[in-house]
Amino acid sequence: METALEVHNLTVSYSRKPVLWDVDFSLPKGKLIGIVGPNGSGKTTLLRTIMGLLRPDSGYVKIFDQPLNDVRERVSYVPQRESVDWDFPASVMDVVEMGRYRRSSIFKRLTQHDRQLSKESLEKVQMLEYANRQISQLSGGQQQRVFIARSLAQQADLYLMDEPFVGVDAATEDAILSLLTEMRDQGKTVIIVHHDLQTAYDYFDWIVLMNTRLVASGPVEEVFTRDLLQDAYGGRLTVLSKIGDLISKEEFPLRERDFKDRES
Amino acid sequence: MDTLFEFFSFNDPNVLIVTLGTFFLGAISATTGCFAFLRKRSLVGDAVAHAILPGIALAFMIGQEKNPIILIIGALISGWIALLSIDHISKNSKIKSDTAIGLVLSVFFGFGILLLTRIQHSGAGNQAGLDKFLFGKAASMSVQDVQTFAIVGLITLIILSSFYKEFKLISFNPDYASSVGLPVRTLEFFLSSLTVLAITTGIQSVGVVLMAALLITPAAAARSWTHRLGSMILLSALFGAFAGLTGTYISYTAPRMPTGPWVVMALSFFALFSLVFAPKRGVLSRIRQQRKNREKIITENILKAMYQIGERHGAQGDVVTEEVLQEKRSFLKREFSLGVRLLRKRLWIIESPEGWKLTTSGVTEASRVVRLHRLWEMYLNQKMNLQADHIHPNAETIEHIITPEIERELIRELDRPERDPHDREIPYTS
Amino acid sequence: MSLNDLYILVTGSAIAISCGLLGSFLILRKMAMIGDAISHAVLPGIVLAFLISGSRDNIPMLIGAAGFGLLTTVLIELFHKKARLQEDASIGVTFTWLFALGVILISVFSGQVDLDQDCVLYGEIAYVPLDLLIGPDGSIWGPRPMWIGIGLLLMVVIFIIIGYRGLLVSTFNPAYAVSIGISASVWHYLLMGMVSFTTVVSFESVGAILVVALMIAPPATAYLWTGRLRRMLLLTAIFGVLSTIFGYYLAVWINGSVAGGMATASGVFFGIAYVRYRILSNRAIYSNGKHNEHAISHPEMDKA
Repeated sequence: METALEVHNLTVSYSRKPVLWDVDFSLPKGKLIGIVGPNGSGKTTLLRTIMGLLRPDSGYVKIFDQPLNDVRERVSYVPQRESVDWDFPASVMDVVEMGRYRRSSIFKRLTQHDRQLSKESLEKVQMLEYANRQISQLSGGQQQRVFIARSLAQQADLYLMDEPFVGVDAATEDAILSLLTEMRDQGKTVIIVHHDLQTAYDYFDWIVLMNTRLVASGPVEEVFTRDLLQDAYGGRLTVLSKIGDLISKEEFPLRERDFKDRES
Repeated sequence: MDTLFEFFSFNDPNVLIVTLGTFFLGAISATTGCFAFLRKRSLVGDAVAHAILPGIALAFMIGQEKNPIILIIGALISGWIALLSIDHISKNSKIKSDTAIGLVLSVFFGFGILLLTRIQHSGAGNQAGLDKFLFGKAASMSVQDVQTFAIVGLITLIILSSFYKEFKLISFNPDYASSVGLPVRTLEFFLSSLTVLAITTGIQSVGVVLMAALLITPAAAARSWTHRLGSMILLSALFGAFAGLTGTYISYTAPRMPTGPWVVMALSFFALFSLVFAPKRGVLSRIRQQRKNREKIITENILKAMYQIGERHGAQGDVVTEEVLQEKRSFLKREFSLGVRLLRKRLWIIESPEGWKLTTSGVTEASRVVRLHRLWEMYLNQKMNLQADHIHPNAETIEHIITPEIERELIRELDRPERDPHDREIPYTS
Repeated sequence: MSLNDLYILVTGSAIAISCGLLGSFLILRKMAMIGDAISHAVLPGIVLAFLISGSRDNIPMLIGAAGFGLLTTVLIELFHKKARLQEDASIGVTFTWLFALGVILISVFSGQVDLDQDCVLYGEIAYVPLDLLIGPDGSIWGPRPMWIGIGLLLMVVIFIIIGYRGLLVSTFNPAYAVSIGISASVWHYLLMGMVSFTTVVSFESVGAILVVALMIAPPATAYLWTGRLRRMLLLTAIFGVLSTIFGYYLAVWINGSVAGGMATASGVFFGIAYVRYRILSNRAIYSNGKHNEHAISHPEMDKA
């Protein structure tokens, strides 16, 4: 099985409080994968760390067996819709064209090819007729589709999407899902942060179940067992959260400076 | 020294007036500033202070004289219009609050400057009297001014003490306040009015441009020392009053100096001092805490290494050389000698010609660390489903943090395990 | 209109456009008050630059003074992150302290620095025609501040044209920018550097606080008027020029400070745009029912 994403022993804290504890898993290529867990279980933090937006206290992430910086153009990230100000003065097309921005050519104008790809991406999410619409006039579902179109325009191999179904009506949810399935069938890997347990079973091939720590990672049928779900959703580990509080209150380092894996 | 003595002898009645005045002003502004600070509305105070200028200029143009009551009324009105504009713009349009604040601040101030320069150019009246509103000139304070401040201070005090509980609630938890049926909007209106009032009088000593400092800085300084609103208000009033005194004294000895900037310098000094040196929240105390943590980590690591070597030999308390220890775990040279020094001081190890050995109390302490390490590994393995080969680095850190209370909880949750996931014995003392 | 009027209007417009273009990005980044803080905090840098170089148009000195602006943003962040002071307070503490330092320096060195407290507050744009630039052959090239203003404008326009995409993506969605390898903090500091430099250069003409008016009011007006960034930048420039023209004649009529007049005029234009915006969005509510009200003025309501 080829690996799309490897997360190794990742410990991450947010304003000094540990949010992820030693999360460790690998994900296969060409699958539609859900990251599932209760609220506050660190799903978004995990995604942000994978994209290099947060620095881990320990551990590393590899994408297609390489560090993120070497494969950035093969990875596409869709942040939460609420993370931006939709009053921003931009049209739908302006936002989708950002999908064609590259680090190497940020000072150059976009080419005809870039514009063509942006249009095609909008077409795929059925938003082409809104291309010149001001983004604040879109509904929640339409905003979400614009974000997905921007991501499609990137022409990546791995997609990481943070809650793409939040605030989206049922019809849009179906449309997005069939688009994602289609991408999967073309060999792309799609990883989605998802909070709805009800639909997760039907949507995904593979599930990463977590609650500040990894509970399970595997094919849906193996992960959706009563025990594992109970483990992830059945309340917090009190000792763990007490330790988290202590670390932030007592200014403790999360990893010792000199430590190397020598004993185990 | 002579000037200091002369200043505080108050032989010059003017000095007494000015001192009392700035003392009051500093305290009043700092008190209301605490609420603005806690409600994260400090910069609104800044905007209102700037926005007072056109009110003062217009009041002066209408009244044609420097009557403090008319000026204060003019200032209050324009401060209030500014406050309402900020709220209206940020609530009813896509303009965000930072832009609304900056916009009102600069446009009102610009308008004030336009009027003020007209007054100056036309040569009408007493220029110096208006100039002091820009940067503050405490020295020109009159008895009438001080009386006004005293009244304003009294009003502030009465309102604050009669609604203290309510104000406290809307500052810390406005959502809860409205859920228990408090008239939050009315209370906010009162609180904002107090701020406008304090600003209106405060600009006499520091001027409109630096008024923000008189509201924000004492509160920021006081916040470092305490969590309680009462003591925070008291402290910040003290900071404000003493800064006012300092500024007045300096501009008394060097008449060319405007009062405001020196008041602000004194306040900033208090704030910087507090942010660095305050216990608990101060930067220094956090650094000290971090150093203590590092010392705890290095000493416990040495203890643990010695204990594990003892385990391998089947007996605790034998002499261990530095070489063997370094082989067990490569310590940084500097940290290692620090750790050894601390351990000897606590009598957990004693020195022998070849190396060191654990004392009886050292063995107890070392076994505690090893126990916590192994208990935590069990917890990671059993409760967090982590593989045995992944848990060690995490346990290396957490072993130093676990308190006796958490240790008891761990033992209970894990059912007092005998061996850890690597099949090593977990040492219990009792 | 005399030639002198024209000189003042050209200088004022160049500064208003430069400030407005950069200010557009400041307000979109919700950093208007950081701009305010920078404009106050460069004062000690300017005084020191004057003290050391003894002249006004020494470019390295101006850049040095602009360094104080960057220092301000760093200090604000330091207070906020390291000393854990809440952000609004850390802005307030930082700029008042630096500004106070500047005023004190002026008082101490009033004999040696050609700057007074009034100039700090509202500049001396009315004296622009008096400060002439003389060519090497003795010919008169026109007012020095005007050429400085035009040079500044060119610099800002080139910065925004070249950096357009970088500024756009790092402003709209910084997390996304980082995910495609575009450093949000590099663009942050580039913008802050430009804002600081522009403040320092404009300082002489319009003073510390009115720089802020020109940075915030025209962009806020344009922001209410349009929903596209390019158009917003263009409108900002237009409102900047209009504020200069109307402000100048207002000041002449009232016999007050020109910079004060410009700030007042920019506020009046904002008022007009605001009334227009309120009428349009109210009309949208009545004609299209409730849904559109949310779409136009309260998109965040859709989240639920």
